[in-house]
Amino acid sequence: MTGLPKWVDLGLLPLMNLALAFLIAGGVVAIIGESPVEALSVMLKGAFVYDGGLGYTLYYTTNFLFTGLAVSVAFHAMLFNIGGEGQAAIGGLGAILVCLALDAVMPGLIVIPLAIAAAAVFGGAWAVVPGWLQAYRGSHIVITTIMFNFIAAGVLVSLLSGPLMRAGQSSPQSRDIAEAAQLPFIHDIARALGFPATSTPLNLSFVLALIAAVGVWVLIWRTRWGYALRAVGQSEPAAQYAGIRVPRTVVAAMAISGALAGCMAVNEILGAQHKMVLNFTAGYGFTGIAVALMGRNHPVGIFLAALLFGALYQGGAELDFEFQTITREMVLLIQGLIILFSGALSLMFVPALQRVFRPGPA
Amino acid sequence: MDWAALSELWIDTLRILDGSFRLATPLILCAMAGLVSERSGVIDIGLEGKMLAAAFAAAAVASLSGSPWAGLVAALGVSAALALVHGFACITHRGEQIISGVAINILASGGTVVAGIALFRQGGQSPPLMADERFRPIALPGAEALSGIPVIGPFYAELVSGHTLPVYLALIAVPLVAWMLARTTFGLRLRATGEMPLAVDSAGVSVVLIRYRAVLIAGLLCGLAGVFLSTAHGAGFVREMSAGKGYIALAAMIFGKWRPWPVLGACLLFGFLETAAARLQGVQLPLIGEAPVELILMLPYVATVVLLAGFFGRAIPPKALGVPYRKER
Amino acid sequence: MNPDDRAGGTPPAVRLSGISKRFGAVQANRDVDLEVARGSIHGIIGENGAGKSTLVSILYGFYEADAGRIEIDGHVVAIRSSAAAIAQGIGMVHQHFMLVPTFTVLENVMLGAEGGPLLARGAAETRAELLDLSTAYGLEVDPDAKVGDLAVGLQQRVEILKALRRGARILILDEPTGVLTPDETGRLFDILRGLRREGVTILLITHKLREIMAVTDRVSVMRQGEMVAHRETASTTPEELAELMVGRRVAAMPRRELVAALGVDAGGGGTPRARSRPQPNAGALEVRGLGWRDARGITRLSDVSLTLREGEILGLAGVAGNGQSELLDVLSGIATPQSGVIRIGERIINRDRPAGPAELRALGLAHVPEDRHRRGVVLGFTAQENAVLGYQHGPAAGDGRLLSPAALACHCAALMKRFDVRPAAPGLRMSGFSGGNQQKLVLAREIEAEPRILLVGQPTRGVDIGAIEFIHGEILKLRDQGCAILLVSVELDEILALADRVAVMNAGRIVGERRLSGIDAEDRSEIGLMMAGIARIREPAAARPAASPEAGSAEA
Repeated sequence: MTGLPKWVDLGLLPLMNLALAFLIAGGVVAIIGESPVEALSVMLKGAFVYDGGLGYTLYYTTNFLFTGLAVSVAFHAMLFNIGGEGQAAIGGLGAILVCLALDAVMPGLIVIPLAIAAAAVFGGAWAVVPGWLQAYRGSHIVITTIMFNFIAAGVLVSLLSGPLMRAGQSSPQSRDIAEAAQLPFIHDIARALGFPATSTPLNLSFVLALIAAVGVWVLIWRTRWGYALRAVGQSEPAAQYAGIRVPRTVVAAMAISGALAGCMAVNEILGAQHKMVLNFTAGYGFTGIAVALMGRNHPVGIFLAALLFGALYQGGAELDFEFQTITREMVLLIQGLIILFSGALSLMFVPALQRVFRPGPA
Repeated sequence: MDWAALSELWIDTLRILDGSFRLATPLILCAMAGLVSERSGVIDIGLEGKMLAAAFAAAAVASLSGSPWAGLVAALGVSAALALVHGFACITHRGEQIISGVAINILASGGTVVAGIALFRQGGQSPPLMADERFRPIALPGAEALSGIPVIGPFYAELVSGHTLPVYLALIAVPLVAWMLARTTFGLRLRATGEMPLAVDSAGVSVVLIRYRAVLIAGLLCGLAGVFLSTAHGAGFVREMSAGKGYIALAAMIFGKWRPWPVLGACLLFGFLETAAARLQGVQLPLIGEAPVELILMLPYVATVVLLAGFFGRAIPPKALGVPYRKER
Repeated sequence: MNPDDRAGGTPPAVRLSGISKRFGAVQANRDVDLEVARGSIHGIIGENGAGKSTLVSILYGFYEADAGRIEIDGHVVAIRSSAAAIAQGIGMVHQHFMLVPTFTVLENVMLGAEGGPLLARGAAETRAELLDLSTAYGLEVDPDAKVGDLAVGLQQRVEILKALRRGARILILDEPTGVLTPDETGRLFDILRGLRREGVTILLITHKLREIMAVTDRVSVMRQGEMVAHRETASTTPEELAELMVGRRVAAMPRRELVAALGVDAGGGGTPRARSRPQPNAGALEVRGLGWRDARGITRLSDVSLTLREGEILGLAGVAGNGQSELLDVLSGIATPQSGVIRIGERIINRDRPAGPAELRALGLAHVPEDRHRRGVVLGFTAQENAVLGYQHGPAAGDGRLLSPAALACHCAALMKRFDVRPAAPGLRMSGFSGGNQQKLVLAREIEAEPRILLVGQPTRGVDIGAIEFIHGEILKLRDQGCAILLVSVELDEILALADRVAVMNAGRIVGERRLSGIDAEDRSEIGLMMAGIARIREPAAARPAASPEAGSAEA
């Protein structure tokens, strides 16, 4: 579409956009009076080198994989689902309800799959409403999903400070779930297999996220339903012509998107925190937009982008320790810059690159 | 009911209205900003971010310089700069407008804290502002004198007088925007750009310039909303102090169907709901029990969704909204 | 190519020299010269894609030429924007109107020349000017009417008024008659003659020879981005112009193709053509009393009845926008009929028992949509993905549950070979193919399904002439194999060339139907009258006086 060689389009251009985002962030660090090089090295070491760094990085990556995949599935149908935050929150509600109800009476092997299914179903249902409104009532999905984020936040506040609040506590969070209903940590598995491992929040959800990525690839690129989904996204009139039921496809796309976002809660609630706290979604849903954009809506790209953001988050946490003047909000700034340059301004360099890579006009 | 109780009730009502109006101020300013931008065809999800960045700039500069006016200038500048970034991405480079808006919101949310810590080392907040570093309530002439008169006196003193500068500016902004859209050449061109940019271009008018101007006006109005938050209503900047007001403004703009006066109505309604929720916090109501504050706070969002669903009236957006204008060269 | 035939001192109103423009790989204009005398009506004719629109868009400042010079009244000017063109006294009536539908006529006419920062004074002045102009040129239109509510003919007047009010002395009209009835076209030409009397220079872009012969003083012919000839209209013939447009001897072409492609009635219209004989059998597809309203509640189809028979092509003629598109949508299952029935074999389709496109395909109905880019293909998909669009559940997409890229490529390569689609690259994105090759692939896909019924809309719109011949040949071949075909085209000439029977649509109704006599002039004049909604050859059985007032395109 840009008329550029494939390696430029898929390799050089995204790297240039990314580099620009980091360059500006580096400039900000320099203005604050710290060394950008040093900050970068702290981040990299924190994310990959220090003990447990990689585990934390992959733990964050899990969240971004889920929310990034969620955004991308909707995006293939040309739906802008920026409601990942709310869908993850409601997905978490599904998971915690199952755990609270059943963790005392049933074994983990039943509770865990049920809780995962509940997260997916709740998240999916929360996305189906805006999807349905878009498909059958023509309501702009961007606005409705934003509204649903706020409504979800309100629901969570009322529940966590009311019926779900842990007895004898004043902070808005649920009680801990029983050990049987917790997803095993990777470090526990490693130790059981005889490898030494540092304790990190990385848990089996990571594997679940990888499976989801493969599943999304098959779904979008190898099934007839995926063909229909992409046709709807590329051209609604052509999809109608092809006998594809557009409204139904839109609703289904949102259901899957919401289910993926909902599964992010599995990582947090069943995997890492073992309870539901207020705002456990912590902006991961929004970051999913950046992940999908960076990853060009392809599962391979999304994995790489999720890893990048995982490293950024973990490295950002490290910044808090090492510097007085730079905090993890720096990561938020970088994230904003990445969305700006890889998303909204993704074609900024195209004219220049076209001059370089195309033979001049005859 | 005796006279004193009745008078008490009247004053209480006025206080609620007064509070609604005050809480509606940032909504009004942001909603007008969104309206101007979107009527020109540029979606503005970034109201929240621009307001937040402006709030920070206003408080930071007011604190450093000691003058709220310097803060005002800085806030307008920062917000306008972000608006121009949005314009650069969406108008010049025809980027995805929603993505650009999301980027601006995240940039502002991270950037304000980063800058706040770098400047003040107080966890991202600005130092509390002294009285003379803020915009103070303006007592309109005669408020004292009239306050003795029943009914009208309290009305004038409580509701009309005693607001800060941004509140009055918000009130002026609505007729100004309405007049601009309906009666000026710029307004005609702006509306045409949002409906059918090709017609504007073929009439020899630059679509790009019209949209840039619209986006810039939106930036300035959001800037004013930020000024209100940190240097008039509040006394200093607090992290995330915009608290979703930009999104509620967006909802109000849609609720008012992109028309100034209905949008004002929606903002006042949403402001009233917020005030009511705050007043009802912990209050026991007959039949219901404890007031469902969270539910009341959700109402603006729910109402907007219901409106968008077309269950009462249709909200038809400008036709070219969100569509970048492409001109082959 | 461009003899300097300037007589005496007056320079030409427009002189273009050496204009070149390239879009990506396409050279839209190559070294084009043109001279337009002041106060004349000058035609530019050429096939679709010959570069006419690009040339006038350069003159109007929409595009910037890569090379070349523009002179207005003898002065070299730089026109980098529409504003600059307007300042030079150039006005343009675009093929697709540049009007804001939600604005009034007055607001539309004012836009861009409001006369100051406030509207009030300019509005009063414009209202007065509108009155003057409309009386001077017979361009009456209500200044306070909302443009979106006006009939197309009136909207075009608003466009002309807009240009005149901006002081246009050179008026460009790009394919102005495509949306008009023959009657409206006649009135437009009267207006143009009136403008010429007032000294306005008119540049008329068209691909219809008849219009050139009817109204122009001089004509320039474009072919493949180049200017190939300039002629005095009075001293040329349609045959000569047709030859110049096509670039080869007309006699060497099948007459039918020539007629279809160019709208030239070269032979004087006496030759009868081979038509299929009437089939006694019942119709493959029958429509009775079909009615359909759009989302806004406007009646688009009312009481439509027709029959498609095996081995026969029914041509559906009419001015664009009279319900043909809606009829195709309903017949192909994209839209559901709200009244009336459609019968295909045993299957009765009506409001309560609708059939979607998938079911209709299973019933043996194939559909080549009117709007290729919107419906017929997915431009962002590869050719091999497009080759199964609508048949994605069939074996061509893979025989298991999953899609098979190998099967897709293989199927697509076979289609490309049979229908000579170039480049034969199944993995290439659809947007990388020319219009003609896209259309060939669509046709290949639909014909390969071996349909019993084929709906085909505007089969040769935006298609180069070589492909036109091929496509027409394939449609006729399919008919001869016994397929029942509905051919919808706004090019009357295409219908006359292919159809066995003709039905005419006006304002959402079938206003007449006849078997073609084979005598071109006779068919043409009668069908033309029907298209305008004036004459009815065969009153529809249940004709009621109360038609659908909303859908009417009639005007004062």
